[in-house]
Amino acid sequence: MEANTPGTGRLPAAFLTPGSSSFMDFLSEHQPELLPGRRTLPPVQGVIEAPHGTTIVAVTFPGGVVLAGDRRATMGNVIAQRDIEKVFPADEYSAVGIAGTAGLAVEMVKLFQLELEHFEKVEGAQLSLEGKANRLSTMIRSNLGMAMQGLAVVPLFAGYDVDREKGRIFSYDVTGGRSEEHGFAATGSGSIFARGAMKKLFREDLSEAEATTLVVQALYDAADDDSATGGPDVARRIYPIVTVITEDGYRRLTEDESSDIARSVLERRLEQPDGPRASLL
Amino acid sequence: MSTPFYVSPQQAMADRAEYARKGIARGRSLVVLQYADGIVFVGENPSRALHKFSEIYDRIGFAAAGKYNEYENLRIGGVRYADLRGYTYDRGDVTARGLANVYAQTLGTIFSSVGEKPYEVELVVAEVGETPDQDQIYRLPHDGSIVDEHGSVAVGGNAEQISGYLDQRHRDGMTLAEALKLAVQALSRDTNGSEREIPAERLEVAVLDRTRPQKRKFKRIEGRQLVRLLEAAGGSEETRSGGDVE
Repeated sequence: MEANTPGTGRLPAAFLTPGSSSFMDFLSEHQPELLPGRRTLPPVQGVIEAPHGTTIVAVTFPGGVVLAGDRRATMGNVIAQRDIEKVFPADEYSAVGIAGTAGLAVEMVKLFQLELEHFEKVEGAQLSLEGKANRLSTMIRSNLGMAMQGLAVVPLFAGYDVDREKGRIFSYDVTGGRSEEHGFAATGSGSIFARGAMKKLFREDLSEAEATTLVVQALYDAADDDSATGGPDVARRIYPIVTVITEDGYRRLTEDESSDIARSVLERRLEQPDGPRASLL
Repeated sequence: MSTPFYVSPQQAMADRAEYARKGIARGRSLVVLQYADGIVFVGENPSRALHKFSEIYDRIGFAAAGKYNEYENLRIGGVRYADLRGYTYDRGDVTARGLANVYAQTLGTIFSSVGEKPYEVELVVAEVGETPDQDQIYRLPHDGSIVDEHGSVAVGGNAEQISGYLDQRHRDGMTLAEALKLAVQALSRDTNGSEREIPAERLEVAVLDRTRPQKRKFKRIEGRQLVRLLEAAGGSEETRSGGDVE
């Protein structure tokens, strides 16, 4: 796209007009056709076949939050991709994990990252965590037309709140409805099973290492019962993506770290296929 | 009915140039220097909130002297230009050269259009490369020209004298502490040759650090870190350890 006005090569007036610090607002004034929400789908019969991402889980622990996702994308009954990445840093103190139509979701994340970075550069300060969560809400809502045709995007947003000094999780529905989750949350097709697992394993006083193990256990349980969620793939060395956000910022566990966790979970499951047991009373 | 005075085009342009230069000269100077691990921006700025230096994109920084509202507009325009370009193509397709071109066109058009008053600003656009010889520094005077600079550059009120001072003393491969010390020495020389002290809290310092692991290389150096660096430079030359930015 050309930033130039024909003839002079100078920046068009829209670029030099003071006003909004939002990149999306700027786009909607200057080049609305680039905004994902402005696209309309021609009427189609039946369901559109496109890769879908599946399970995302998040857990808070004192001092931060862990966000993780499996690596499978499915298209109908076919595994479309084995090593898709569905968890992304949104900025230094937050991350977003996506379930739903992969193509649209990746575009939404790209625009969301840019929205936060743009604000930070223009204003010289970061948005509040609530502010970030609200921006994501707006973006999901603008995708409602697509969602009605089966191309929904449902993210999970987690971040470290620098003012309150704790990790927080926000979940969404297809209409952009936002709710803050306490302790743990999951989204995507395997989320029912993942949430069940987390409910039994979650404690208020988890350490960071325990929290990362917990999300891998939950993803394992989701993969166990949901065909669209991928478990750890030892043969191909594909393991869940696990990210940790603390006051030091966003960090994605290295390949070695996440494979260590996945392998130790797997090892215990060889003896106890249903995973750790919670006490009855 | 009165006939307007005839003013020759040369005279009109000279008047506009002088108007812009006077406006820029009222502001304090700032300098941009290459050092071993990147590019450092140093300026005297009593305000903590109104910055002279800022981040445009991953590897691109911006510095401006002159009238605040005018360069702030250009800065935001640059951020919008860079973000839009990176969004449509790829992050790697945003370059300082492209940005400098757009700024030059903008400043040039404003300078020569009779209906508008010329901008009283002088900009520096810098991009840090993988290695020092890939670093790019462009100086953009008020009239829309571009000067490709190497090593060091000064803009603002006392720019000529400061650049002269820097040109003689700046060398390649300086540590951050050394470059910072040289910059502060250059800035603290008055027009009449006398020196004055600039305290750390009146300095605005930022770097484009190629060793930073993040993709965004721009970083402000403030508070204790700045004081530490200034002390490291002020002490013996062997204490090079202070030259690292964490």
